[in-house]
Amino acid sequence: MATVSLQDIRKSFGKTDVIHGVDIDIADGEFIVIVGPSGCGKSTLLRMVAGLETVTSGEVRIGDRRVNEAEPMARDIAMVFQNYALYPHMSVFDNMAYGLKIAKTPKSEIEARVAQAAKMLQLEPYLQRKPRELSGGQRQRVAMGRAIVRKPAVFLFDEPLSNLDAKLRVQMRLEIKALQRELGVTALYVTHDQVEAMTLADRMVVMNGGVADQVGAPLEVYGNPQTTFVAGFIGSPPTNFLSPALLGQQGDGQIGIRPEHMAIDPEGALQGTVAYAEALGAETLVHLRAADGTQVTVRQDAAHAIPAEGSAIRVGWQDGAMMRFDAAGRRV
Amino acid sequence: MEKRVTFKGIWLPLLLVLPQIVITAVFFFYPAGQAIWQSLFIPDPFGLSMQWVGLGNFEYLLGDRYYRASFVTTAIFSILVTVVSMGVALYLAVLADRLIKGSGTYRTLLIWPYAVAPAVAGVLWLFMFNTRVGVVTWYLGQLGYDWNHVLNEGEAMGLVVVASAWGRISYNFLFFLAGLQAIPRSVIEAAAIDGAHFWTRFRTIVWPLLSPTTFFLLVVNIIYAFFETFGVIHTITSGGPQQATTILVYKVYADGFVGQDLGSSAAQSVILLFVVSILTVIQFKYIERRVHY
Amino acid sequence: MADRGGMVERRGAGLWLTHLGLILGVAFIAFPIWLAFVASTVSQPEIVRPPMPLLPGDQMWENYSKALTSGVNAPVALMLANSMVMAIGISLGKIAISLLSAFAIVYFRFPFRRVFFWLIFLTLMLPVEVRIVPTYEVIANFGMLNSYSGLILPLVASATATFLFRQFFMTVPDELAEAARVDGAGPMRFFFDILLPMSRTNIAALFVILFIYGWNQYLWPLLITTDPSMNTIVMGIKQMFPSGDDIADWPVIMATSILAMIPPVLVVIGMQKLFIRGLVESEK
Repeated sequence: MATVSLQDIRKSFGKTDVIHGVDIDIADGEFIVIVGPSGCGKSTLLRMVAGLETVTSGEVRIGDRRVNEAEPMARDIAMVFQNYALYPHMSVFDNMAYGLKIAKTPKSEIEARVAQAAKMLQLEPYLQRKPRELSGGQRQRVAMGRAIVRKPAVFLFDEPLSNLDAKLRVQMRLEIKALQRELGVTALYVTHDQVEAMTLADRMVVMNGGVADQVGAPLEVYGNPQTTFVAGFIGSPPTNFLSPALLGQQGDGQIGIRPEHMAIDPEGALQGTVAYAEALGAETLVHLRAADGTQVTVRQDAAHAIPAEGSAIRVGWQDGAMMRFDAAGRRV
Repeated sequence: MEKRVTFKGIWLPLLLVLPQIVITAVFFFYPAGQAIWQSLFIPDPFGLSMQWVGLGNFEYLLGDRYYRASFVTTAIFSILVTVVSMGVALYLAVLADRLIKGSGTYRTLLIWPYAVAPAVAGVLWLFMFNTRVGVVTWYLGQLGYDWNHVLNEGEAMGLVVVASAWGRISYNFLFFLAGLQAIPRSVIEAAAIDGAHFWTRFRTIVWPLLSPTTFFLLVVNIIYAFFETFGVIHTITSGGPQQATTILVYKVYADGFVGQDLGSSAAQSVILLFVVSILTVIQFKYIERRVHY
Repeated sequence: MADRGGMVERRGAGLWLTHLGLILGVAFIAFPIWLAFVASTVSQPEIVRPPMPLLPGDQMWENYSKALTSGVNAPVALMLANSMVMAIGISLGKIAISLLSAFAIVYFRFPFRRVFFWLIFLTLMLPVEVRIVPTYEVIANFGMLNSYSGLILPLVASATATFLFRQFFMTVPDELAEAARVDGAGPMRFFFDILLPMSRTNIAALFVILFIYGWNQYLWPLLITTDPSMNTIVMGIKQMFPSGDDIADWPVIMATSILAMIPPVLVVIGMQKLFIRGLVESEK
């Protein structure tokens, strides 16, 4: 168990800068999710913590130790890879035990630890199987087991669920969270899926173009996004962005209003034409086109009437729902 | 193409490539360098000193009637071996490909001669066509044909070509069959529905789709005919009669080891080196695009 | 549907013609070997009075035991052993040094990496046939004439095998090496524990091809084994022919030819899948 701290981390590949200075302090036992679109540098950041990429400048500390130069195995970390990276020729048992064998852990201890992890992950019947004889979810569990048996100070997850189907993903998400709680291990988790980020994170880091746009608890990030990027990336369907002029206001920049904070309201401030409506069962997404052509989405409860396509309606919201951003995209 | 992951260290990788580099240097590059160096000298009759002749050996070779004849012989030989072995192999592969069941059995029956060394193949064919005891020779005699490859240059060439092509059919068959089976059935069926008959289908669809395989085999077979048929020539004709089957590789051996003409043999090696280089470049440029760098 | 010659699959007479064509092909391929086998089972007088019989005789045991125990210049059993040592030595040697150098080239960044890569590549252009005299001199200077090391070493460097392994290593997911690093495995540990076991099919396929390559070598052993007891079987057959006008001992020579074919043919048939894979991958 340990704290992890990243101080002004930068990374360039040749002349291309991919991480432009990131600072994060992770408390002991905290679950941090790094979320962002592909190419934002989130995986690179994780790999620098793992010791799989060198750090161009800045400092990575695990516990109280600077680990910039340390080999991965010397960092007291374990990592779960996107494609699981199971050794195809080894049994489940050997996959989990490999790191311990290298560390010259006594045999009885290895067996005990693997047995414990296998029990925790319901892998006991499969210990002698090869990875190719397992389902996707089981492979995922073996990858987790390999991390658990090492009893590391920090768990690193690199998009561990992206190769699973939607249903399994939800199930494994819950399991990962439960496991991390149970073991009390600090975790750093990378994903491009904002739902995973919202549900797993104690705090989340929203990355954009090599910069951490915002660090905070999921609901805080959702409720109080600091940049247009964060406002647009977190939350589904994404935040509507309106120009102040459309609402008869002064100034440049943009005003963001989440679809769920909008409602069809004859007295509303914004007028638009209904382009189409998607009835999803529990809710309905009404897409309209405002006077200046801006696409606006309203999310309403299924109980409300669905407006006809082509009809002109007005949309309103509470004052507190408006998020103002300056021309550079920063929250005002 | 580069790996993302690398291990650190400089001495370990150097140590790992060392065995191959040392062997390559000692047994490949040093001798090749020696060949180039020796090709510029003529040893005196007692082998005590070497006299610098510059490109004299090459000039002599290119003016030498026998060497030029050997070039022509090699060209004829290579073309015949390639055409015969590829032709028979393609014919058999097309037949085997038409079978839904049983093509695997024929494959097994047809591929094992690959394992027969060219030199052994030479002995087998020599035995059949031996002027005294050869069973084929005898039956030909019964038909009134007097086979004698020891004296007849054309027959000698024919025999070494057939013996060389024979062992190569397996290899070509395997690649042709794989190439044919890689052509999607649906394409051929579509053509059949369009009313194309077998020969039309073959000419307009199968043959063009097979051309990468054909081209690959063409180059590989020429290289085979150039360099790996030494055993066939040596066992059957020893280059004769009247050097009618002396291909370039055989001549390097005959002049260097039998004739002890080191300067000329070295110059021939250098010319061969040049030929292989061209063939290898062709092979890699047009066929092997997988070596990136 | 009626078959008007346009169908993809042949039926009836067409099917039988296809089989007939293939059987003729098999017969053409097999005839020389059948004849050799027959010759190895009959007596010398039956051969020298043509035409020789086309069905096996009863002298098989005599011919083969004569070949194996005394041969003409050297017992064929000895030549078989020499061939076995050479073939296995060349295949294992090539595989070992190629694995190591491919591993270094793929998984490390070190000075002269590209230079080494190209040096190895260039060996493709230097088959033993074009450097026979100087290579012979090198071996002679090392005192390796008539020795196994002389037979094996000059043939042991192989660009083909190195490329094949390099190609395979490139397809191994990067994450496996990373997982091994996180697990605390150093490079050699990764090589032996992960990479080598994962390469075993490739190694086996290559072994089949290289074994045949080594077994069938002719020119090189012809040059450097002047001592009959060091002859390999493939080059030893030619040495069994008498010089001058004497009549060759055909039954023994043919028995030897058959013996020379058996090991590589068994390898090809027994490991057909690996053989085809090795052939396709090493030539692609």
